[in-house]
Amino acid sequence: MAKKVQGYIEIDKERCKGCELCVVACPKDIIRMSKDVNAKGYHYAEFFNPEPCVGCADCAVVCPDGVITVYRARIEV
Amino acid sequence: MELTADKIKELVVKPENKVYTKTPLLTDKTLSYCPGCGHGVAHRILMELVEEMGLENDTIGIAPVGCSVLAYEFMNVDMQEAAHGRAPALATAIKRLWPNKFVFSYQGDGDLAAIGGNETLHTCNRGENITIIFINNGIYGMTGGQMAPTTIPGMRTSTSPYGRDVQMMGYPLKMTEIVAMLPGTYYVSRQAVYSAKHVRKAKKAIKKAIEAQLEGKGTSFVEIVSNCNSGWKMTPVKANQWLEENMLDYYHLGDIKVDGKLVKEIV
Repeated sequence: MAKKVQGYIEIDKERCKGCELCVVACPKDIIRMSKDVNAKGYHYAEFFNPEPCVGCADCAVVCPDGVITVYRARIEV
Repeated sequence: MELTADKIKELVVKPENKVYTKTPLLTDKTLSYCPGCGHGVAHRILMELVEEMGLENDTIGIAPVGCSVLAYEFMNVDMQEAAHGRAPALATAIKRLWPNKFVFSYQGDGDLAAIGGNETLHTCNRGENITIIFINNGIYGMTGGQMAPTTIPGMRTSTSPYGRDVQMMGYPLKMTEIVAMLPGTYYVSRQAVYSAKHVRKAKKAIKKAIEAQLEGKGTSFVEIVSNCNSGWKMTPVKANQWLEENMLDYYHLGDIKVDGKLVKEIV
């Protein structure tokens, strides 16, 4: 059993304005813009692959609207 | 064990594993700024610091006129709205009446460098014990992208469609360097918020500025070079690239004055 640092982010898609800054900021390229739109008509950010996420919080730090919540834990795999 | 997305969510998403979320000192109102605007990040790092330093009950902020005119709607601390450019004057009065409060003014470049240039210089020269946060995006964003005193040479705006011609329109005003020359300022720094690394650096600089005020040392002044993607007519990602490639050649990042002493040659 090995331990690894696993991150996970939650995006409040209704508050997201679709600026794409988190997509550029993510060092693991695991955020993309959705094909759907939210109630305001923006293509919101979507977290599509949790496995490589280390919870660095870069996406949340650059988000102008503060829609991203970051979790990080050491888990056994 | 195969890690599926649902399994990871189940293992990791717990309140004790939360490492970053929006501070409660920002209200739940949707920010009135355009998508990708640096104002949102600047609001957030300032309010995070107020929360981390335990100042939420002892903070009075001054909102300016400009895009951030509604800052009092978003910052969940005591706020006052100043007349255009007069935020440092109002901050002076509040700080003198409430010397134990943390008083900051939050101003854009049109407010601080154009109409409020006079107030800013005199407040810094008197060494009022306040903190000024200056958001510089080189344009009048709110009124439709006109040329500001801080517009860099050659930059296209709606009132300089062929680019700023310094022979006719003059040179950009480097307010931060000017106030660093004044004896009243104690801490002066220029930061940016276009990448995660720079946001974290800017947060450290604002922390130093808050500490300087709490120690009663004099005016602390932090400029944040920001983007204005709708004024610059670019996407947010392009605007940040443009900022890095063009604005920073003119507005050099880093501390300019620390502990009342110039630490950088002013050019």
